[in-house]
Amino acid sequence: MTLQANTRLTAAETALVEAYNTQISDLPGDADVLSARDRLLDDLKTGGLPTRRIESWHYTDLKTLVKTWPALEGADTTKVLPPMVAGSSVLAVLQGKADGARADGFTVSHYRDSLSDGSAAARLAAASDDDAIGRINGSFVRDGFVLEIPADAELEAPVEIQSIHAGGQAHTRFPVKIGAGAKVVVIERHIATSGDEAALVSSVSDITVGEGAEVTWVVVQQQGAADTFLGQVRVDLGADAKLKLFNVNAGGKLVRQELRIDANGEGSELTLRGVNLIGGEQHVDVTLVLGHNVPNTSSTDVFRNVVFDRGRGVFQGMIKVAIDAQKTDAKMSCNTLLLSDEADFSAKPELEIFADDVVCGHGATVADIDDNHLYYLKARGIPENIARAMLVNAFVAEVVEELEDEPLVEALEAIISAWLAKHA
Amino acid sequence: MLEIIDLHAKIADTETEIIRGLNLTVKAGEVAAIMGPNGSGKSTLSYILSGREDYEVTSGDIRYNGESILEMDAAERAAKGVFLAFQYPVEIPGVATMQFLKVAMNEQRKARGEAELSTPDFIRTVKEGAAKLKIDYEMLKRPLNVGFSGGEKKRAEILQMALLEPKLCVLDETDSGLDIDALKIVSDGVNALRSPDRAFIVITHYQRLLEHIVPDTVHVLYKGQIIRTGGKELALELEENGYADIIGEAAE
Ligand SMILES: Nc1ncnc2c1ncn2[C@@H]1O[C@H](COP(=O)(O)OP(=O)(O)OP(=O)(O)O)[C@@H](O)[C@H]1O
Ligand SMILES: [Mg+2]
Repeated sequence: MTLQANTRLTAAETALVEAYNTQISDLPGDADVLSARDRLLDDLKTGGLPTRRIESWHYTDLKTLVKTWPALEGADTTKVLPPMVAGSSVLAVLQGKADGARADGFTVSHYRDSLSDGSAAARLAAASDDDAIGRINGSFVRDGFVLEIPADAELEAPVEIQSIHAGGQAHTRFPVKIGAGAKVVVIERHIATSGDEAALVSSVSDITVGEGAEVTWVVVQQQGAADTFLGQVRVDLGADAKLKLFNVNAGGKLVRQELRIDANGEGSELTLRGVNLIGGEQHVDVTLVLGHNVPNTSSTDVFRNVVFDRGRGVFQGMIKVAIDAQKTDAKMSCNTLLLSDEADFSAKPELEIFADDVVCGHGATVADIDDNHLYYLKARGIPENIARAMLVNAFVAEVVEELEDEPLVEALEAIISAWLAKHA
Repeated sequence: MLEIIDLHAKIADTETEIIRGLNLTVKAGEVAAIMGPNGSGKSTLSYILSGREDYEVTSGDIRYNGESILEMDAAERAAKGVFLAFQYPVEIPGVATMQFLKVAMNEQRKARGEAELSTPDFIRTVKEGAAKLKIDYEMLKRPLNVGFSGGEKKRAEILQMALLEPKLCVLDETDSGLDIDALKIVSDGVNALRSPDRAFIVITHYQRLLEHIVPDTVHVLYKGQIIRTGGKELALELEENGYADIIGEAAE
């Protein structure tokens, strides 16, 4: 991003800068962290929020879409929810502040402590020139959890990170190290308990998957109807590691979820699945940047999107294959059901391949419900509205079932059905 | 039970007329066989009876129990007891067969003002029905028709018919794709459903099926019209001589 002095800040940008100036005195951090924050804020101040002129933000012009920068304080009513899967270890962040945590078989500490002692400073910088989410989050982040799963640990119960808020602002970060050979299921859940007041939430998960580890990571986003959610998942995938990454978006007004994944170890396998439920006036953008950086890695990415009403969806998927990343096997597909004339979806899959011995492909489809399917169900006496709901459900259920984890699949299906019952 | 009166129908949004003045009456308890060369309009007729929206009735009427059904959509007709066993059942990924069966059975019950089935009752009913048709119950846990073999699809159609207990059953080439044993099993399944208050329209190309499901009447459909009606011996005659003579007579 070229940093031209931008003297004409929008109201939201001005409020952002003012928010920083008033919060800086009590934002946690040692001198290194504070100077890192200052640099990030400076970049935001000079460049402003990204506009459509920046390629990776072409479909999500944050400068026009973010109209206000809400006050820090939200309603003080948040409390820990029962986990999606019974028996999970729950790590709760209430209104941006990490709560006490129960940890079975792994270590956990508050991210605010890493900010205070300066150990967080090194990874606070933006991940790239166009990393507006990293900048916003790095400037304002107050808390989160630092997790370490020991090598060879096999966690029986899922770990559920629960970020709950009601209005206001929340900026959280979750650095997670998964040791070599460990097996773990992590659910990262962003949820609003009151939908009325507009909230602004940013969250960065910074995940390192050790050699041979097997990880299922599920991000479930259920923000309120007026909320802005800026999420980022960064993954460093080690040798022979297997990662199933699931992303379900079922909420929010303005959503940008970035998935920045680097296959850095040979033999690693990524299974990435996404479900985006979009309706009303929602704008939901999922942006994937996947680097195959070494030889012999594989990935499959499948996104299923359902758009109702005046909803607007975006999928940008960039697969980069480095020059010596021979035998890369990468497949990406993005399928959308557009269920109203005013609904809209933009898909931009891209391949940037420098190695010559690879199998890479991508496909994107946009369709309405299949008339033959609808007719078959109706011919068996299922009324049209119920038949339609079944077919929409089926379209997304197909990818959810690939989790092959019954309690988790059931929990996600319940969230999806509840969303569809409200919007379809 | 069913009266089709001078029916004309075309493919919606085009001028292509497929059904061209068709008359047919089927009484309660009757088994009517419809035969006819490829492309004569047999499947089209079955789709129109079931309420498929790709076709448009331009004149004539379809009366079911004395009432015109032209204004009803497919779901309403099904709830009133019209059932079509498809020539080519559709695969629907993501919809589990069991879930589909449960929704279909309960929606029909609801439309008729009956109570929904409890889950144990539902499962027991399906298991019994599947066993009679020698359908592996495990298959029903899979998505609807997805990856079912040709014969399995046809059996699944008959299972649906048995579970939904319709009053007017239209079977479109249910025999195609069935092996010899399956033909017997499926025919027994159909015969078990025969009753004085239920009628069948059996579309087929072969006399073989009609040896198992013996028809009361046989109708020849050609170019969108019934050109000949007779008893079960008409099917034998067609088996011997083909359609040429009958088509020739009709043309005179
Ligand atoms: N949607 C459509 N578009 C164009 N032509 C159609 C369509 N539906 C049916 N037809 C035509 O209508 C005619 C009748 O077709 P139909 O499937 O009813 O025949 P059929 O008697 O069932 O034949 P078969 O014995 O081969 O099953 C055929 O010529 C077919 O090509
Ligand atoms: Mg046919």
